[in-house]
Amino acid sequence: MTLIGGRSSKQGTALCQGKLGADYADVTSTVEMNVEDMARLGLRNDGRVRLRTPTGESILRCKGRETKDLPPGLLFIAYGPQTSELLTGDTAGTGMPASKHYQVEVESVPDDA
Amino acid sequence: MSDNIRTVTDATCTFCGCVCDDIVLTVDLDTHSITKSQNACVLGKAWFKEHSIEERPRALIEGREASTEEAVEAAAHILADARFPVVYGLSDTTCEAQRVAVSIADMIGGTIDTTTSVCHGPTGMAFQAGGESTASLGEIRNRADLVIFWGGNPAEAHPRLFARYAVTPKGMYVPNGRKDRTVVLVDVRRTPSTPVADIFLQVKPGSDFEVLWALRALVKGRKVDPSVEQRTGVTLAVLEDLAARMKACRFGVMFFGMGLTMTRGRHFNAGALLALATDLNEFTHFVAAPVRGHGNVTGADNVVSWQTGYPFGVNLSLGYPRFNPGEFTTVDLLVRGEADAALIIASDPASNFPKAAIEHLRRIPVISLDPKSTLTGALSRVAFTTSTYGINVAGTAYRMDNVPLPLRPAFDSPYPSDQEILTAIRARVSELLGGNRLPVGPVGPSPARSAS
Repeated sequence: MTLIGGRSSKQGTALCQGKLGADYADVTSTVEMNVEDMARLGLRNDGRVRLRTPTGESILRCKGRETKDLPPGLLFIAYGPQTSELLTGDTAGTGMPASKHYQVEVESVPDDA
Repeated sequence: MSDNIRTVTDATCTFCGCVCDDIVLTVDLDTHSITKSQNACVLGKAWFKEHSIEERPRALIEGREASTEEAVEAAAHILADARFPVVYGLSDTTCEAQRVAVSIADMIGGTIDTTTSVCHGPTGMAFQAGGESTASLGEIRNRADLVIFWGGNPAEAHPRLFARYAVTPKGMYVPNGRKDRTVVLVDVRRTPSTPVADIFLQVKPGSDFEVLWALRALVKGRKVDPSVEQRTGVTLAVLEDLAARMKACRFGVMFFGMGLTMTRGRHFNAGALLALATDLNEFTHFVAAPVRGHGNVTGADNVVSWQTGYPFGVNLSLGYPRFNPGEFTTVDLLVRGEADAALIIASDPASNFPKAAIEHLRRIPVISLDPKSTLTGALSRVAFTTSTYGINVAGTAYRMDNVPLPLRPAFDSPYPSDQEILTAIRARVSELLGGNRLPVGPVGPSPARSAS
């Protein structure tokens, strides 16, 4: 699936409280996913999901979005320490890592794992 | 709330690039906190509310409490001993502090880079390739009747951009405000910004360049194959309609965000949008405006440009400035393991850089300056606690349209400003080096240059 990083209002207010705080950790550990994709992968709202790239992996909380808001195959997450784990350091000679359009493998993580 | 209350009018919010300068602050001088921030958006209210005085050590050296003077000494030795240091960050501090940071990079023969390199850096590259048709936010507010937002979500990242400048305000040539404007949003997903738009183009991820190039062709009267829909997700009829609206408007603007610069194509995407804006000036008045994130990232571009000639990613190790994104940008310097020390001002790369870059930051001596505890502060050998610009510190910040604005602080802080710390570090490094470091490299040593 394709992961897109970005900003959110909650992330903005949480970072003012402090990036080491619980609110910031929560908002940057939540990935939004199309509800049809979630059903296909056996995921539920607030369930845990592992995203993996050739660089690394992150375990995140999953939140469903309707197809009209987030098309199938697309994931959205607020930038933060969790996206750093997934991000390649290759900037294609620009200085800018491709933070908004990269492929990730997605799998459900059992609650007791 | 105590009785010791002060009101600050026309205060300037430095959370985002809108740099709103019409905020009315109610300040409790006993508790050193802002209890009310009239006119501020949700982000601005959080910014003012959460920057009270926190009980933190003035500095930490390898995790141990230290005085500011001890930390300055330690930081100066790190920079004087380094062979290929990088000075990074600068988007959340004053222009006055940015100027000192550039002069430190010059003195030590290091690299100066800002958060622009991981923000609108590709736009900066595109500017140099094709130029920029631009306007101030005031011109846009008073004139624009077609407003396009491309690859951004202002409702969450720049909430007052809609109400203060681009969508709802009444202007000289748009006297009915929202009714006189057509608003278009282009994005890969629906966001809280989408309901603001009259027309929403939901493009397939990674197809912005193709959409922009198709629009360029249509604006010039060329034929575009209907198969463009399969590649981009947008029908030819929708593109033809948008191209016609662009040519027919009296004053058009394309605001664009990191949906263009952080995705595949990067500076080619930004360049395509800038070229489209330029093309449209054959028919009407059209401008393009990058929407900037941090409060003074535009100031960082301006200060680094007028001191070195280039906006970011500037290396000074040969005694003269060299600009080369991909070589002298911080992510690349860290991922390749080239930087041997880092001075990081008002930024937190350890919370959002790629993993490989953060791993290198853990291997080298890092000096950081920040009002808050951060992951970068936690891995730093020397970490300074600073006062907050715009709340405790006066100075200058540039709005996203390159308009400089004064900062009106609300209350004093016991912690020094970035500018004060950097000035002290520069003075001590100068003593240790005996002036500027001699340039090294293929041209060989040359006489010491005068300090800037």
